[in-house]
Amino acid sequence: MSVAAAPSPTLDLSGSEHIPFLRLVKVELRKSYDTRAGFWLLLSIGIIVGLFLVIATIITIVQDEPVRYVDFVNIAAYITGLMLPILGIMLVTSEWTQRSAMVTFSLEPRRTHVVLAKLVVGVLLTFASLVVGLVTGLICTGVCELAAPDATSWELGLDEMAGFVVTQTLAMLGGFAIATLLLNTAASIVVFFLYRFVIPVIFGIAGALIGWFEDVRLWIDFQSAMSPIYDWALSGGKEWAQFIVSGILWLVLPLGIGMWRILRAEVKG
Amino acid sequence: MITVDHLTRKYGQFTAVDDISFVAEPGKVTGFLGPNGAGKTTTMRVMVGLTPPTSGRVTIGGHLYQDIPNPGRHVGVLLDASAQHAGRTGREILTLGAQTMGLPVPRVDEMLELVSLNQTEAKRRLRNYSLGMRQRLGIAHALLGDPSVLILDEPANGLDPAGIRWMRGLLKGYADRGGTVLLSSHLLNEVELIADEMILIGHGRIVAQGNKEQLLAGVKHTATHVTALDNAQLTSALAAKGIAVTPAGSGLRAEVPPVDVGRVAAENAIVLTDLRSAEGGLEDLFLELTSDTQRDPLADAPAPGVPA
Repeated sequence: MSVAAAPSPTLDLSGSEHIPFLRLVKVELRKSYDTRAGFWLLLSIGIIVGLFLVIATIITIVQDEPVRYVDFVNIAAYITGLMLPILGIMLVTSEWTQRSAMVTFSLEPRRTHVVLAKLVVGVLLTFASLVVGLVTGLICTGVCELAAPDATSWELGLDEMAGFVVTQTLAMLGGFAIATLLLNTAASIVVFFLYRFVIPVIFGIAGALIGWFEDVRLWIDFQSAMSPIYDWALSGGKEWAQFIVSGILWLVLPLGIGMWRILRAEVKG
Repeated sequence: MITVDHLTRKYGQFTAVDDISFVAEPGKVTGFLGPNGAGKTTTMRVMVGLTPPTSGRVTIGGHLYQDIPNPGRHVGVLLDASAQHAGRTGREILTLGAQTMGLPVPRVDEMLELVSLNQTEAKRRLRNYSLGMRQRLGIAHALLGDPSVLILDEPANGLDPAGIRWMRGLLKGYADRGGTVLLSSHLLNEVELIADEMILIGHGRIVAQGNKEQLLAGVKHTATHVTALDNAQLTSALAAKGIAVTPAGSGLRAEVPPVDVGRVAAENAIVLTDLRSAEGGLEDLFLELTSDTQRDPLADAPAPGVPA
């Protein structure tokens, strides 16, 4: 405040560097758990997975049924398959529903980087929740082993592991893609569950009633194209092609249009 | 320096900002003044790349905002103090900003101290903040990266009188050190005391700009408020010169410029305790200029956009 510096009309940007992508990932990761909503969503994924596996363990032991490690992983996969899409949705939409997108995009005008950083965070959190599922499943299998060694098997193939990782990541991406398209939490969740549960049924019925539609359905029904992935049993070029084509339709297309919209849209407070 | 160059922003048929150009210079506080809905916020949103312009452009220090790497280190922005996640604490909001910009952690405490938010307040969530606290936090956020340009939309909104005085001192000092400050307001007296330059905007168009003296130079002084120790003596002295006088409050109102009243008083050795133009100065000018553009599309200026 002492001596007025000679005011410069231009900004010297020579010493400035763009915000490194990893830093954006770090910030976005922090944003995913620094609010009560985010924190409890993440924690409840862990808690619910744990709860269901404990119930499954108790039932298994009480009923004296045979059980494999992979059974526990499948239970975990079913639950994370429902919750990870919501995580993917929240990562995107909370910026808009909470209006913080204005600040986020004034600090980093390269909006693609911000969205990609969120995507990376989604994948990281997906992996974290898979680790929770795998570790809890391991403990549950261990308990069953102690209680009923003969009925317990440690079977978990690499195929099933790979299927678990890929399907859960795709589930999260499904929510993420719809969220970029809609930018609204409630609408995204509704649309996601329509896409996840209602559309496959409609496709199935339509395929059964209309002969020619069944051929089309195999190319546009991502849920059914994905089913061989669960045990990593995609066979033949045609199944792969159907998986990729329907994946483009349900993941890449909405994500692409959503990104285009985010890049062009006026960020309103 | 902020340079707005023939900026236009249309929403369908509605023209929110209509071909405006102005410059906010370094070392000065520039006030951006206009009634609600005049186009101030839209202009500021275009400045920071949140709203694409329909035509024209804004540069900051010669660059488009989008082209400035890590812009928070160069341009401090406060557009809406409430546009933050309501579930984050004040400290967390600043921490996220500091991390994004790559600033050391102590910077957050420095800023909290600068805007007088104490440690307990910093731990509260934004939804529990009063508007004044949100503004303080927003100003802290804008100043985090030690920028040389500040863009503040209605920063005094919600601040108490002491807070407004504090902000005035802060921004004045900031400009004195060579910074560029652009702040908007719909309240003239907020801006009048702090701004070196004023841009008056009404209905998307700039209706006047300049410093206070330049703006007032065009105002005609045709009536005077005057109070003398002996009002009766002054009344008769003015009446003797053929000047119309009416009582007004504790003084008199004369239908001539102040200089004529002063001359009469001097000639008659009458002691005056108050002498001023009856026109309200900037405030009247402000209302006159902005209401013209809103209610009188038949004025000499081309008709502005259709009201929303």
